[in-house]
Amino acid sequence: MARGETHRDPLNAFITLAEIPPRAPGRLSGITVAVKDNISTRGVETTCGSRILSGYVPPYDAHVVDLIRNEGALISGKTNMDEFGMGSSTENSGFGPAHNPRDPERVTGGSSGGSAAAVASGMARMALGTDTGGSIRCPAAFCGIVGLKPTYGRVSRYGLVAYANSLEQIGPMAASVADCSLLMEVISRYDPRDSTMQDRPYLPRLDGDIRGMQIGIPAEFFGRGVDPAVADRVRKAIGVLEGLGAVLVECAMPSMEYALAAYYVTCTSEASSNLARFDGVRYGPAPDYRKPWHEAFQEVRMQHFGPEVRRRILIGTFALSAGYHGKYYGKAQVARQHVREDYARLFRDVDLLAGPTMPTVAWKIGGKSDPLSMYLADILTVPANLAGVPAVSVPCGTVRGLPVGLQLTGRPFEDEQVMNAAFAYEQGVKA
Amino acid sequence: MVSEEEVLRIAELADIGIGKEELPPFTRDFNAILDYFAVLDRVPAGEGWKAEIANVLREDEVTPSLPREEVLALADAAEDGYIRAPRVM
Repeated sequence: MARGETHRDPLNAFITLAEIPPRAPGRLSGITVAVKDNISTRGVETTCGSRILSGYVPPYDAHVVDLIRNEGALISGKTNMDEFGMGSSTENSGFGPAHNPRDPERVTGGSSGGSAAAVASGMARMALGTDTGGSIRCPAAFCGIVGLKPTYGRVSRYGLVAYANSLEQIGPMAASVADCSLLMEVISRYDPRDSTMQDRPYLPRLDGDIRGMQIGIPAEFFGRGVDPAVADRVRKAIGVLEGLGAVLVECAMPSMEYALAAYYVTCTSEASSNLARFDGVRYGPAPDYRKPWHEAFQEVRMQHFGPEVRRRILIGTFALSAGYHGKYYGKAQVARQHVREDYARLFRDVDLLAGPTMPTVAWKIGGKSDPLSMYLADILTVPANLAGVPAVSVPCGTVRGLPVGLQLTGRPFEDEQVMNAAFAYEQGVKA
Repeated sequence: MVSEEEVLRIAELADIGIGKEELPPFTRDFNAILDYFAVLDRVPAGEGWKAEIANVLREDEVTPSLPREEVLALADAAEDGYIRAPRVM
């Protein structure tokens, strides 16, 4: 086992390198899969990128880990991430930032940055990530691989260390759409231990036929803050889909104006409750037993949580507090319903929505100085989480030598259609 | 504007602790983020988010659980099947 930048892991893609063997042969036999470090692995340290879970060894496997091991996968380790998934660059890891394989001075994106770097550099053929507000799609876009945020309720979250339950999903990442689709097929098997899961397994249909498919282009996805060169690259990619027989439809998504604020109020509120469990008592670094409990817990949490985690707990506690609940959390839930209604309205006329995954290409490590500017980078990915709809990022070329992702979003439980369109694009540009 | 005193009070409520030197930058960033959240004041009136899933209840049956020893072994201080915690009084 190793940690940090080593000759075996120069990109710091992994927090723990470990070989977890398969349990039975299957469709993933001979395939290495890297697993994000907020997904529980029995007997192998699971830190969530946080010092507060340093040394925590789960006594059980997440459902998705069970599934891939039973299908023959060899797990190659636990990947680096922003602490508890809180970040868009993997710079907020308690174990140092991950480096982008395309340019090691740049971020991988986040929070599943280690998973993306492992796949893009060939250290693993596939990876599991998690996506609360773009954490699979952002690093997939920045590292030039494919990443799917499945429909909410399509993959069991049993064994995922919770950050914002109403938003997050585990999903597949791989270099090709076919690999990503295969991993999705394996992990979507029903699990009654996640009460939000529905028994609607993903059944891939990758024929690449998108003739007659209606694809909406919301103007807001090319709005303020989107790098014109990225917008241009993505418009060209959408042109490829048109060339393959899709019908493009210009449309509008007015709720985009407040989607990001709704997202950050919601995720910090949920985080402030979820992360209350980390106090060092049942696992993790021990509190000072001689001190009163508030004082003892504050000490442990201040010492072992990074600043972004503490900031989000602070914001969430505030947003839920008496006197402010209606102004922030209540309003955010109204905004969230508007986002859902926007998607429902658009999906009456179109089959998919297309746009950039990220407004820019990967930035330099250390290049974003304040938390708000980092939050703003999530503007194009958070709407899908607010509505629970499936969205994939598929590589669509480069800008200034750095990868750009095309984001395709579909109706709930139509992950198959989203992946088929991504497949059509991938094969279309290859041909 | 949220004051440093208010940030300190929220930090107390959330049990996260906050250092003297951290307080000014935390307060500054906190206010910048709240300023951004003001966009929510422009959200048209409407009903809140409706999760389109019903509550899921199961029979209260005993099922296999995690081995007690393994779980207790994760705690820094376990004694006689219990886990030690800081004093409450």
